[in-house]
Amino acid sequence: MKYMLLIWNRPGFTDELSEQERTALFGDVDEIMKELTESGELIGGQALANPSQTMTVRLVDGSPELLDGPFMESKEQFAGYLAVDCDSPQRAAEIAARWPDVRYGGAMEVRPIMDEAGTEM
Amino acid sequence: MTEDRTVEDLLRTFAPQVLGLLVRRHGQFDRCEDAVQEALLAAATQWPGQGVPDNPRAWLLTVATRRLTDEWRSESARRDREVAVARREPAYAGVAPAADAEPAVPTDDDTLTLLFLCCHPALPGSAQVALTLRAVGGLSTAQIARAHLVPEATMSQRIRRAKQRVEAAGARFTMPGPAERGERLGTVLRVLYLIFNEGYTASTGPDLRRAELTGEAIRLARILRGLLPDDGEVAGLLALMLLTDAHRAARVGPDGELVPLAEQDRSRWDAAAIAEGVALITEALTWSPPGPYQLQAAIAAVHAEASTAAETDWRQIVALYRLLARIAPNPMVTLNQAVAVAMVDGPRAGLALLTPLDADERTAGHHRLAAVQAHLLELAGEVGAAREAYLAAARGTTSRPEQRYLEVRAARLTGQG
Repeated sequence: MKYMLLIWNRPGFTDELSEQERTALFGDVDEIMKELTESGELIGGQALANPSQTMTVRLVDGSPELLDGPFMESKEQFAGYLAVDCDSPQRAAEIAARWPDVRYGGAMEVRPIMDEAGTEM
Repeated sequence: MTEDRTVEDLLRTFAPQVLGLLVRRHGQFDRCEDAVQEALLAAATQWPGQGVPDNPRAWLLTVATRRLTDEWRSESARRDREVAVARREPAYAGVAPAADAEPAVPTDDDTLTLLFLCCHPALPGSAQVALTLRAVGGLSTAQIARAHLVPEATMSQRIRRAKQRVEAAGARFTMPGPAERGERLGTVLRVLYLIFNEGYTASTGPDLRRAELTGEAIRLARILRGLLPDDGEVAGLLALMLLTDAHRAARVGPDGELVPLAEQDRSRWDAAAIAEGVALITEALTWSPPGPYQLQAAIAAVHAEASTAAETDWRQIVALYRLLARIAPNPMVTLNQAVAVAMVDGPRAGLALLTPLDADERTAGHHRLAAVQAHLLELAGEVGAAREAYLAAARGTTSRPEQRYLEVRAARLTGQG
């Protein structure tokens, strides 16, 4: 089963961390990525630039208009994702639970990826 | 093209035979498997241009053996330079070869032993599938990765990890003993059926490479049937695959939408596959105690023998499901049983059978339960409840074709109740 793990955090939260905390955080990320690569579960993943670099297209007066800034003006923003292929939803949740952003008030959404395969009913 | 096809068929046939022989001689499943893959690759590039050698299997064996010895040689040279590692077993001893006599030609048992090894219980299902496709099926990592819609690097790691786990589990290249054998064969059958279903359910999508897994699963099941002609469940599994795959052309509509069994154009079913499947299961049931695969194949055969959905012998199907539910109780069996019961005793009787599943953690909230409830509620004329259940099922599925089908069913009921 394929899952997208969506990383939500407060932009810039790493600026407030001590050197030690920051090293630990990046160390955790490296370790998880290494584990997922070696197990053959990692499909891909990307980190996104700071939300200040975001453009959003919305319909304004009936036509699409380009606006500066993210879609949602919330304290937490979408910061990146991991795509994994694993044997159970529990395993996907376990990976998410270890993601370090969660320790600093962020959140991980675990969302199944839709499949083109299907069974007739 | 035909030439390429022939070369590929040859390679795929010989792959497990050559690998089995190598592992029996040398142990080290992991390395032998890599060496055989390299030999297959060399053959795939050379044979189409230079022609197929007179003895293709011997050619593959020679090339794979050379790869292995090259590797050992460079490794022992490296080891000689390392001073501190005096007199120890190679750290990477791998799967130990069987101690008894080693015939120099591949035997049927090699392929069977290889299947047992690839479907080792220490491996998760996804790894068993990948390893079986590569080591027994002779598919390349790239082909397996494409079939599973993951990057090649991901699949390559998965296979490497699987081989390491098999080694770490201390598996030997020998046939499992009689005590273990039944259970191990059960795993092999499950893995082959998993491969089949991965391909069959994908045949809605644009990705036909993935759908080719059904052909590969059937090919492997045929090999297994050749190796174990006295096993009724092996025959049952092959029959079930053939009878299911026979629907392939009819199960998808012109716009890629799923067509349920009752609405399929039966003239588009594959008559040859049905004839073979029906003959296989009919014959097996005369001498074998019925197991779960045989019963599922028997049910598929009853469906296949009805020239229209209305002519289906639902009483016989109910009886077969009852037997199946007794020998292999499973909520997914209950779901199908409920549909059959509804056809004989009415939708209320079917719905009653489903009630316990709402409390079963394996099925509570599962989209397939909601989908069957929706269907039976619709038959019972409870339009509003049926619509809600279709929509609940549509929200719960992670399959796009299923979601589309369920949303269409729900939409048809809108405004009716």
